[in-house]
Amino acid sequence: MITLDVNGKKIEVSVAADTPLLWVLREELQLTGTKFGCGEGICGACTVLVDGDPTRSCVTPVETMQGRKIVTIEGLPDTHPVKRAWLEQEVSQCGYCQPGQILAAAALLQSRPAPTDTEIDSAMGDNLCRCGTYPRIRKAIHQVASETKGGGK
Amino acid sequence: MNGIIKLDRRYLLKTGVALGGGLVLACYFSFPSPAGAAEPPAPFAPNAFLRVGTDGSVTIINNKSEMGQGVYTALPMIVAEELDCDWQKVRVEAAPVAPIYNHTLFGSQVTGGSTSVRTEWQRLAQAGAAARAMLVAAAAQTWKADPAACRTAKGQVIHPDGRRLSYGDLAAKAAKLPVPAEVKLKDPTKYTLIGHPVHRLDSPAKVNGSAIFGIDVQLPGMLVAVIARPPVFGATLKEFDDKKAKAVPGVKAVVAVPAGVAVVAERFRPALQGRDALQVEWDEGPGATLSTDGLRRQYAALARTPGAPARREGDVAAALARAAKTLEAEYEVPFLAHAPMEPLNCCVDLRPDGCDIYTGTQMQTGARDTAARISGLPPEQVRVHTTYLGGGFGRRATPNSDFVAEAVQVAKAIGKPVKVIRTREDDMRAGYYRPFWYDRITAGLDAKGGVESWRHTIVGQSIMASTAFAGSIKDGIDDTSVEGASDIPYAFPNILVDLHTPTLPVPVLWWRSVGHSHTAFVVESFLDEVAHATGRDPLDLRRTLLAGHPRHLGVLELAARKAGWGKPLSPGRGMGIAVNASFGSFVAQVAEISVSKSGAIRVHRVVCAVDCGRIVNPDTIAAQMESGIIFGLTAALYGAITFKDGRVEQGNFDDYPLLRLDETPQIDVHLVPSSEDPGGIGEPGVPPIAPAVANALFSLSGARVRSLPLTPDKVLAAQAKG
Ligand code: FES
Ligand code: FES
Repeated sequence: MITLDVNGKKIEVSVAADTPLLWVLREELQLTGTKFGCGEGICGACTVLVDGDPTRSCVTPVETMQGRKIVTIEGLPDTHPVKRAWLEQEVSQCGYCQPGQILAAAALLQSRPAPTDTEIDSAMGDNLCRCGTYPRIRKAIHQVASETKGGGK
Repeated sequence: MNGIIKLDRRYLLKTGVALGGGLVLACYFSFPSPAGAAEPPAPFAPNAFLRVGTDGSVTIINNKSEMGQGVYTALPMIVAEELDCDWQKVRVEAAPVAPIYNHTLFGSQVTGGSTSVRTEWQRLAQAGAAARAMLVAAAAQTWKADPAACRTAKGQVIHPDGRRLSYGDLAAKAAKLPVPAEVKLKDPTKYTLIGHPVHRLDSPAKVNGSAIFGIDVQLPGMLVAVIARPPVFGATLKEFDDKKAKAVPGVKAVVAVPAGVAVVAERFRPALQGRDALQVEWDEGPGATLSTDGLRRQYAALARTPGAPARREGDVAAALARAAKTLEAEYEVPFLAHAPMEPLNCCVDLRPDGCDIYTGTQMQTGARDTAARISGLPPEQVRVHTTYLGGGFGRRATPNSDFVAEAVQVAKAIGKPVKVIRTREDDMRAGYYRPFWYDRITAGLDAKGGVESWRHTIVGQSIMASTAFAGSIKDGIDDTSVEGASDIPYAFPNILVDLHTPTLPVPVLWWRSVGHSHTAFVVESFLDEVAHATGRDPLDLRRTLLAGHPRHLGVLELAARKAGWGKPLSPGRGMGIAVNASFGSFVAQVAEISVSKSGAIRVHRVVCAVDCGRIVNPDTIAAQMESGIIFGLTAALYGAITFKDGRVEQGNFDDYPLLRLDETPQIDVHLVPSSEDPGGIGEPGVPPIAPAVANALFSLSGARVRSLPLTPDKVLAAQAKG
């Protein structure tokens, strides 16, 4: 039995210790918002937050996750500024990469509330989108940054 | 798949009547409104495309697949505009397979060819207007008022004295009224939704992770399978040893199917481990000798011989013989994978009395008929549940429904519900590609530098040949092989476009923008060569040759003006331009680039002008142009599927890279206002970008690269020559 902390809930799963976290989330916990894109850590579709850091769940053995806080797209509140900015900028097209993009952006904004374009490039460059939503991803991140500033936080 | 589709007002009226009778459909994927309200019983279903609930909710039954292009918003907007309902209460449901949901031109249910808005506008507008008329009639009866004096707004019928009844309240009464034989459509100047930026109905689910793609479907008792596939196209299974595979905990079965050997397990990971442990021997057959290098030589030789003529005007041979100067060049573009972000997959629940297919497909009728054929069930007992598509780009429109067929075959073999998943490598190596093309093109110039003749020979596989549309091939010409080349708008007095169609074991398919993805690169690059060879400005030469083509000129001038064409650029920057018409729309793009010492191209800015006729959702059009440009840049700079010893050399995004956010240029999209019939938007943004970048490269460094992708080694080699 492996105990996981997913979206604030403690959950026990019985799977092989080296099973990638991605498949535990998707197949054992029915958290299908985390996507399978490449299985090799290249595309970012499977991005989740582990203790706040964007992490490729497709190459993360579940056994290394005990005692760590995992947040998936389902665990990010709908009122989260990144989710709201994503809706406002109409970022999504097919939508398949977006959970990973949103979590990567949330982590970036957590550590850099007003990131420069260069910081956005390096934080988001490894999250691929076949539909080409990149210009809007950039805009949405800037929008969150300007709201944060505007709100005096 | 191309051409401008003319709208016929009468056609729709007839359809509207035929739709009467109402269908109430359950059990299909339903995509809730932003409010996410559960749907009450829906008594008012005046036609196959919409239902009005007693709470005023409006469900649009959408026969087109949502793969990012925004069709789950654009089509509902057309219905809602005529229905005058409350947009906040609109929800979308994926249509089941039924003749009424067929593509109005293709004869089966298909999403493709950038045709959804173009072909559905009339009948959906009619469907919305008919429903509105019935709701008005119901209100007028209640009030004993003249229906002509009542108006509607935001889901309410309004009496001349100001009294109101909501559509929800009227639904039950409206359901008992006859469907009108004729209805009047709104005056476009009165539109409140169409032409305005409207938020996508599918966005909330895509942002909160609840959107269901095919790969997310879970059925009770469902198993997961991966398939060991032949390493070479055309190879056949010799034998396999499944002892080690079956020893993997969680593996339930190993079965041979036409696609290969399926390893079926309780979960994805043991299925994968089982496949790794499987020993398979293949009879590779003649496909094992295929290589891209060999193919290039074969195609280049063919390009020097006459092919089947696709367009012949004047006498090209005579004109070339007397030309003061001739220019000649050979171009090539590689095989390309669609590589949708969601790898192909399909979920099948096959029982003795029925079959349910859950997948993201662009061809529902084909999926149903394929499942019926394999299972032996009558088609009526097969239901196709269309989920969201994690990208399509043509790949989810295989005429043989390959990814559905293999899942039905596995389900049939094991007798349990199953989801077959392709890994990224499976997805990239098991085929369907944009064909490899080789072109030879010659221009004959007169003494003043005018283009007197144009000869263009194209070599490449036919897409249509292996589809239900094979009958469209006439006199050796598959139109999708020559579109964008045989129909060039440029005024040349003598023109010959001919085609060679070799056959190969490599399966090919329409890839976003189909033939234009290849021909625009060749035609627009070569025209640039002609401009430079004759000392003309590339924009100016196009202007001269496009007299009488106002929509081409409109986008060309707008893009050039917004980009600052002709103004001095910062040092180290170059600009290129290209124009193309496809799928009923006209697009011009200007790319501004620089090149690193190592030959890597950096695209800094793309200015895009588009004329797609009447506009439904301007924000979606901008998004699709951005999307097409980025998709096209991936192909221009990186994309290539190559073969060696019959094997595809690429497998994942490390060797088939996609453009990344940090490499994405600033993109400015400008819309040309137009009242012409609507054009497509999903594909037309793709074709002009590769030639615009290649032309920018030439203007910057004198390097002409005639083969895609524009990789650093080719750029350096061309610079050394230039
Ligand atoms: S699926 Fe994990 S990085 Fe692509
Ligand atoms: S929205 Fe389709 S892959 Fe990113």
